[in-house]
Amino acid sequence: MQWTRKDLLGLYDLSAEEITLILDTAEEFKKVSQRRVKKVPALRGKTVVNFFVEPSTRTRVSFELAEQRLSADVVNMQAQASSLLKGETLLDTVRNIEALQVDLVVMRHSAPGAQNFIARNLGCGVVNAGDGAHEHPTQALLDIFTMREKLGSVKGLQVAIVGDILHSRVARSNIWGLLKLGAQVTVAGPATLVPREFESIGVRVCHNLDEAIRNADVVNLLRIQHERQTADFFPSIGEYSKFFGIRPDTMKKLKPETLIMHPGPINRGVELAGEVADGKNSVILEQVTNGLAIRMAVLYLVAGCVQK
Amino acid sequence: MDRENVFGEGAVCRKKEDAEGNLTIMKKQLYGASEVSASIRRMAEAICREFSGGEGDLALVGIHKLGVPLAKMLEREIAAISGKHPEFGTLDITMYRDDFGDFSRLPAIQETEIPFDVNGRKLILVDDVFSSGRTIRAALDALTDFGRPGMIRLAVLVDRGEPEFPIRPDFAGFSLKVPSDHKIRLCFDPELEIYEIPTAEERAAVGNETSTPLK
Repeated sequence: MQWTRKDLLGLYDLSAEEITLILDTAEEFKKVSQRRVKKVPALRGKTVVNFFVEPSTRTRVSFELAEQRLSADVVNMQAQASSLLKGETLLDTVRNIEALQVDLVVMRHSAPGAQNFIARNLGCGVVNAGDGAHEHPTQALLDIFTMREKLGSVKGLQVAIVGDILHSRVARSNIWGLLKLGAQVTVAGPATLVPREFESIGVRVCHNLDEAIRNADVVNLLRIQHERQTADFFPSIGEYSKFFGIRPDTMKKLKPETLIMHPGPINRGVELAGEVADGKNSVILEQVTNGLAIRMAVLYLVAGCVQK
Repeated sequence: MDRENVFGEGAVCRKKEDAEGNLTIMKKQLYGASEVSASIRRMAEAICREFSGGEGDLALVGIHKLGVPLAKMLEREIAAISGKHPEFGTLDITMYRDDFGDFSRLPAIQETEIPFDVNGRKLILVDDVFSSGRTIRAALDALTDFGRPGMIRLAVLVDRGEPEFPIRPDFAGFSLKVPSDHKIRLCFDPELEIYEIPTAEERAAVGNETSTPLK
């Protein structure tokens, strides 16, 4: 299997073999962070710009550390400080970045497809760090990496994704990646946030938590984003939590080895009780560790395909 | 697969036939299984002589890909001679290459496994063919990221003697002079051998001369 893409825009575009190549590559990069010197010279002399038009802390820090551990030179740009506020178009902003001989742009944007548009118009590589409700490929890759690491194989796994599926790029990227690797995916949540239309892409849609998680090998919980529009989609946070939150008594309905995952940040007591988040089934912090390895692998593969 | 003397001087050569019956891939056997095995044994003896008495902290580190099985063979020979198994590790140098982005095929990263403390240890890096020294330069960087070895030595099966860096093997099974655009390969399967691959043009020329279709 040979990696040939200068961009990583989404898992929808990738083949099962390409996803597996990223996961395999990440296994070796994970070990780098466990060494005495947590750094390799693979991207020495390359410049990476983290261009976050939508605010982010954990994803940006994870990307920045990944870049530093690959020995790349790193520049961070935030929307608040960029010329977008002065009326410059997005394309002009990134063309200006590219004119500084940058090799890779890691980009987050609230508009779905913004990175696809930029990647088509730039010679440098583009890595999608989240575009609206479209895709968040590195998050899904680290989720899938964690499942594979813990359970051996993704093929045949029953994965339940619970929460606001409608607005979630994490859910979409997970669905594409998991289906390609042969897992069975159930999406669950209130009917307003989990429309039946998702059935058309090959996932099971469920509006009852117990039914969704009964045979699950993995339960991936999404945060209820009350700063976004989701407040209008159900009567109250309390009611959401009562019907779709995971509590210690919910765990009795799961298989004993079921993984509890969450992309963070957790709203303790809303979608996930603190005891479960800290419990033996939780792999939430391992997801964070694996995210670093996945981002190193993606940056490494993509940088190798950027034409100089 | 067939054997036929096309290089002259009694050389053992192999060739392959494509769907149209054209002979395309030719390689010349330089050393066969018994010569290679004997050479690995001599290298093991030389290593044991140099490190006699202090084998306890000796470790072999094979460089992917073919340095790894070669290091395994050396390890067995050293254990047979000294009665002690040296520590064993593997190293992939892809992340440390100095030509990142220059190759059309991005090499797949292999497993790096150093299951012992390298600090103060006597390490022997093992690779199949030594030519420019760039792989070894990368391997030295990679190894020193694991700690501060007491000593690093280099053992290779074939020394082509065309270093581009001030790096030389300390133990070499064979020293060979072949044209620099020819490749030298170590092969473990179906049998242990070292062979030489001429340039594509030379191979095509030879192929045309002896274009008898293979059975």
